[in-house]
Amino acid sequence: MMLRVDVSKSLGDFHIEASFAGAGRVTGLFGASGAGKTSLVNMIAGLLRPDRGRISIDSETLDDTAARVHVPAHRRRIGYVFQDARLFPHLDVRQNLDYGRRMNRLADDPVQRARVTDLLDIGGLLGRRPGQLSGGERQRVALGRALLAQPRLLLLDEPLGSLDEERKVEILPYLVRLRDEASVPMVYVSHNAGEMRQLATSIVMLRRGRVIAFGGAEVLPEALPSGLISANTRTSR
Amino acid sequence: MFDISPTEWIAIQLSLRVAAVATLVATPLGIAVAWLLARRDFWGKSLLDALVHLPLVLPPVVTGYLLLLTFGRRGLVGAWLSDHLGVVFAFRWTGAALACGIMAFPLLVRPIRLSIEAVDRRMEQAAATLGAAPWRVFSTITLRLAMPGVLAGMVLGFAKAIGEFGATITFVSNIPGETQTISSAVYSLIQTPDGDPAAMRLVAVSIVIALAALVASEWFARRALQRLHGN
Repeated sequence: MMLRVDVSKSLGDFHIEASFAGAGRVTGLFGASGAGKTSLVNMIAGLLRPDRGRISIDSETLDDTAARVHVPAHRRRIGYVFQDARLFPHLDVRQNLDYGRRMNRLADDPVQRARVTDLLDIGGLLGRRPGQLSGGERQRVALGRALLAQPRLLLLDEPLGSLDEERKVEILPYLVRLRDEASVPMVYVSHNAGEMRQLATSIVMLRRGRVIAFGGAEVLPEALPSGLISANTRTSR
Repeated sequence: MFDISPTEWIAIQLSLRVAAVATLVATPLGIAVAWLLARRDFWGKSLLDALVHLPLVLPPVVTGYLLLLTFGRRGLVGAWLSDHLGVVFAFRWTGAALACGIMAFPLLVRPIRLSIEAVDRRMEQAAATLGAAPWRVFSTITLRLAMPGVLAGMVLGFAKAIGEFGATITFVSNIPGETQTISSAVYSLIQTPDGDPAAMRLVAVSIVIALAALVASEWFARRALQRLHGN
């Protein structure tokens, strides 16, 4: 899978001017908050329209402002795991997990469902409501819900961002498993260099709406002993 | 005292039927208008908003007279409907339902609009990324999450419809068995010598219906909220 992004977008007095391609299993979008990561991911998902530019997956154009092409979000088959999970409060976990399959009119696939619920250890939560889940459980259900819609690309926007350190440690292994077992390419957004090192196979570094570096883990700022790194650290390749 | 006469029963049944039909027909339209006002920007939006609220601020007799001019047998719309579809509103219970529906409409739309505005749009975005087309986002997410407001709107609309008097009596008059609702029956009775006991009975029935509607709406709202916040 090859994701190509070459877009510009103005949001108030903030400007995004970014161009990159992601081909690995996990493309990391790395940068401080306010670097434009979420806006970029929203454009890839189709939730935000670029002012100018193109977005494509393999040979399929998703956005091309010159040709007036804009594939709406629901036809992109791009999964999205939000920082705040966004589980549907009126549906239980089972119905949340089944939502994408229903909307895409996919056949019921108990094998796939069992595989995903096992991978994420959420089989015991199926009858619960989102209000009865912990933050970590919610995030795992959100991952499962996105996967079961059978996306061709999975966007993860700071999926650990709303969790405390303990919960992060709880979820990270699932993300690694997902990368190694689920065979869905991912775009992983984070401002945490430690997460990037563990998950990303290639890294796009953003700063104030622009790509300032691209490559492997070597573009990340030097690891500090704590593993928590200020993303503002000036870095160049 | 509680010996309700056949004529009074007819007025009660007619009131319930008129209010129920008015509410049920107005609700889908009310949801559509509420959604437009809550979620869309278009030319003439303030005009639509004003039109929806007009029955609330116009004297009911004016609304009734306008209905008579429009939907009466010689009215522009009324004549066409009667000639082409055989639908007659003038001096029929259907006309009472139309008058009540229009008078109830602003009260029906308002809570629905507020509850749609309160639906987290991020939920709708999440649904779209899971492959839900806009109308399915609306039916599976927006409408479900707005359900307490829809129910509240329906109850308010029903209550307004059952109490409607001015527009109804102006438009379809006060014909026992056809257009005489509880309100217009009470109005006639208190102008009749010895009508007071009958009027009192209908007043008591009105109070019972109003209380039942309020209790039912509380119950529905609580249940809907429980479902939303899921415990």
